[in-house]
Amino acid sequence: MMYSFPGRGALSRRRFVTGAAAMGVAGSFCRADAAALTAVPERAASRFSLSVESVPVVIGGRRAMATGINGSMPAPTLRWREGDTVEIAVTNRLDETTSLHWHGIRLPAEMDGVPGLSFAGIRPGETFTYRFPVRQNGTYWYHSHSGMQEQTGLYGALVIDPAEGPVRTAERDYVLVLSDWTDADPEQIVSNLKFQSDYYNFRQRTVGTFVRDAAREGLRATVRDRLRWGAMNMAPTDISDVSGIIYTYLMNGQPPETGWTGLFRPGERVRLRVINAASMTLFDVRIPGLVMQVVSADGREVEPVPVDEFRIGPAETYDVIVRPEGAGPWTVFVQSEDRTGYARGTLAVRPGALGPVPPMDPRPLRTMVDMGMGGMDAGHAGMDMGHDSGHRGAKASGDMSDAMPGMDHGGGHMAQMEMPDSMPQAMKDGRTAGRSLREGVEVQSVAMMPRDRSGEPGAGLEGNGRRCLTYADLRATRAGNDPRPPSREITLHLTGNMQRFIWGFDGKKFSEAEPVRLSAGERVRFILINDTMMEHPIHLHGFWSELENGQGAFRPYKHTLTVKPGERLSYLVTADVPGLWAYHCHLLYHMEVGMFRTVVVS
Amino acid sequence: MGLAALVLSSVPALAHDMAGMEMSGMEMPGMAVSGVNGGDGKKPAGSRQAAAVSHVSGKVARHPAPERGVPVSRSRPVSYIGGIQPVMDHMLYAHAILDEFEARYNGRGGAFRYDGQGWYGTDYDKLWIKSEGTVGRNGRFGDGDHEILYDRAVSRYFDVQTGVRLDIDNGPVRPWGAVGIQGLALYFFDLEATAYFSDRGAAGRLQGSYDILLTNRLILQPQAELNFYSGADRARGVGRGFSEFDTGLRLRYEWFRKLAPYIGITYSGQAGQAADIARRQNSVVRDVVVTFGLRAWF
Repeated sequence: MMYSFPGRGALSRRRFVTGAAAMGVAGSFCRADAAALTAVPERAASRFSLSVESVPVVIGGRRAMATGINGSMPAPTLRWREGDTVEIAVTNRLDETTSLHWHGIRLPAEMDGVPGLSFAGIRPGETFTYRFPVRQNGTYWYHSHSGMQEQTGLYGALVIDPAEGPVRTAERDYVLVLSDWTDADPEQIVSNLKFQSDYYNFRQRTVGTFVRDAAREGLRATVRDRLRWGAMNMAPTDISDVSGIIYTYLMNGQPPETGWTGLFRPGERVRLRVINAASMTLFDVRIPGLVMQVVSADGREVEPVPVDEFRIGPAETYDVIVRPEGAGPWTVFVQSEDRTGYARGTLAVRPGALGPVPPMDPRPLRTMVDMGMGGMDAGHAGMDMGHDSGHRGAKASGDMSDAMPGMDHGGGHMAQMEMPDSMPQAMKDGRTAGRSLREGVEVQSVAMMPRDRSGEPGAGLEGNGRRCLTYADLRATRAGNDPRPPSREITLHLTGNMQRFIWGFDGKKFSEAEPVRLSAGERVRFILINDTMMEHPIHLHGFWSELENGQGAFRPYKHTLTVKPGERLSYLVTADVPGLWAYHCHLLYHMEVGMFRTVVVS
Repeated sequence: MGLAALVLSSVPALAHDMAGMEMSGMEMPGMAVSGVNGGDGKKPAGSRQAAAVSHVSGKVARHPAPERGVPVSRSRPVSYIGGIQPVMDHMLYAHAILDEFEARYNGRGGAFRYDGQGWYGTDYDKLWIKSEGTVGRNGRFGDGDHEILYDRAVSRYFDVQTGVRLDIDNGPVRPWGAVGIQGLALYFFDLEATAYFSDRGAAGRLQGSYDILLTNRLILQPQAELNFYSGADRARGVGRGFSEFDTGLRLRYEWFRKLAPYIGITYSGQAGQAADIARRQNSVVRDVVVTFGLRAWF
């Protein structure tokens, strides 16, 4: 079924945007503009009727069909209230099976919306009614878990009020749904990557950069650097598998030319609920001239952290509060990690005002630390200056300790972690890796020296002169509610072969692996070791992932954890809801080619 | 490619034969069984929900030793609701590339040459087709070499290929058995090395190329193909030992990734005994020519 706007879609869209921000949309929807529907509704509701359908869009002057809900891409923002039981009737008006997954929501397994695990999916023409009690509050999102529908637009924001009433920390409350739009066929994207993994990377090193680097770093150093990467058949320019070559980065469905606009009056506090709904893109968010107070991560309150910039991986959410004193306009500048494009928004006192767009930052380059050859000086990631840190190879120098500030591993974990030199653990993991994992078809590399990188903001953000959020900064406002020590540890390696575009855990794709089995009520520690040279946002459905980031009992509860290349991180999970749950990388194409596990809780 | 279509239709059977084939001694013993399943031989179109590819748990030949705490249960497999796999990571893909599709000119005339390959299959198992040939200035189709191979991924960057090669052109037809490797050597060298066997003896071919990125779209590619034979085959102009070579230096512009026009120079001809044969036939032994063409893939 198609609903076409009467020939002036682009114009009406753009015009609508300007006034949309101030509008609220109540629980029932009519076909309306995306920007209006992504605004936070004025009141929470508990009953919803959603129609999943093809939606015509005009993005970057090009008409295309997106997948959306109630005529809107992104899908409408739903506002719930903690303590309510919500009932959401979802009707599939596509010609293929669909599903909606409530990302980060704790609910019975059969309501989680993953075809094959929770239910059989919603077939064309059918209506499925989700019904579950809401036992949490904060900023979340929902999206399709069927095929590639997430890439084509089937995602929207969830805002859940606390049981005691709406949060009153700000006069303005906006969601910023960030996404990566393309009119290319997602199946074709995967197919292209299988044939040529650098298909979408037009920023590779060339003869030109060789000459430039040789002039700057010296011929020998440059040759040595090129040989080292060549000997691994890897490219330091490999940041994102899919880039701005085909992606248009959207904020609330709006392309960067005009972007999204949020209105405020000077002196007001503005809460921005930032959701990364992108399929394949990590974003770096900043508002030049304004300090952002990070007050919530993945829907859970954290002690406020003032930052100039933060990185947000796919599926993560952060709430920030800003207080612009002047009229601005202030630009919300959201660069893709590989710096091939940006999404843009504006905080303005009147519709139509646009702030300046800052220049793009230098793109990051992968380093030897990313290769899992730790022991480098922390806080020095590569930049596109023809120079990588990490020239010292995998020498086991003692500076691991400064990369592991007060690492907390809770409940009596590993006495040796308390030792001043935290190398043994990393080396142990390295040896573990070496023993059980070998390079092969599905394993391009094994991190020999994975390390804690929670104190690092991420590739390209090091040393940029701004205060950038790190995972180590996140401190929950409440102590965790399960003080039991974990009964066991589950170590999983994040593995892949970029050349073959195969991704998985422990060198296996989903279809080749056993599920992860947990006992109901069990408390376990997951340890993730990223052997690849890309970030992977790892999402465990149904349960909180309590990140062990040095904050003791006040470790942050997250639903998605972005694991940096060469990183080892751990988190605690209480598996208190039985059922089949999905566990996967939230880079859509990584998941689809096998970076997925079923978690069985019984 | 009528031939290709014909062969493609037989893929499921081929893949099925290979299922469960023990490739021990390869790099990943734990991965010995990839769970090949030809399914219905078609890439499920549209909906990814179709349970077209079966799950392989329980078929894995050897499970790596459990790490501390990793739950490895050999109990019942997970029963997915409606038989639906939550992700489809075992898809069939098809690609083909024409590396060379070119006209070659020098003062004495021209020739047309093509060299391409295509594959169809999963991450581990593919049907692989290669074909090359040259139409010379005399209008004769020569150097016609066509191969149908089963391709198995065996390491990070290399595949093993086995199958048949047929020399079909205006000369006499010659069948060969083929076994070789193809992949990415270190430092990003593309490499193919294949050995051929028949009742006439053995042959070998070495092919390599390397992409030098002048810019991200302007790419200079040196390329070489060398052919060796254990015995002469005068009817095909083949000599014993190092027989023929075809080398080129092509500068292509990737207008689109999949369509890149190029210009270049090629240097090809016969060596050793084959050169003598060519001289006796008053053929050109070695030739440097200007070349232009299209590199395309889908």
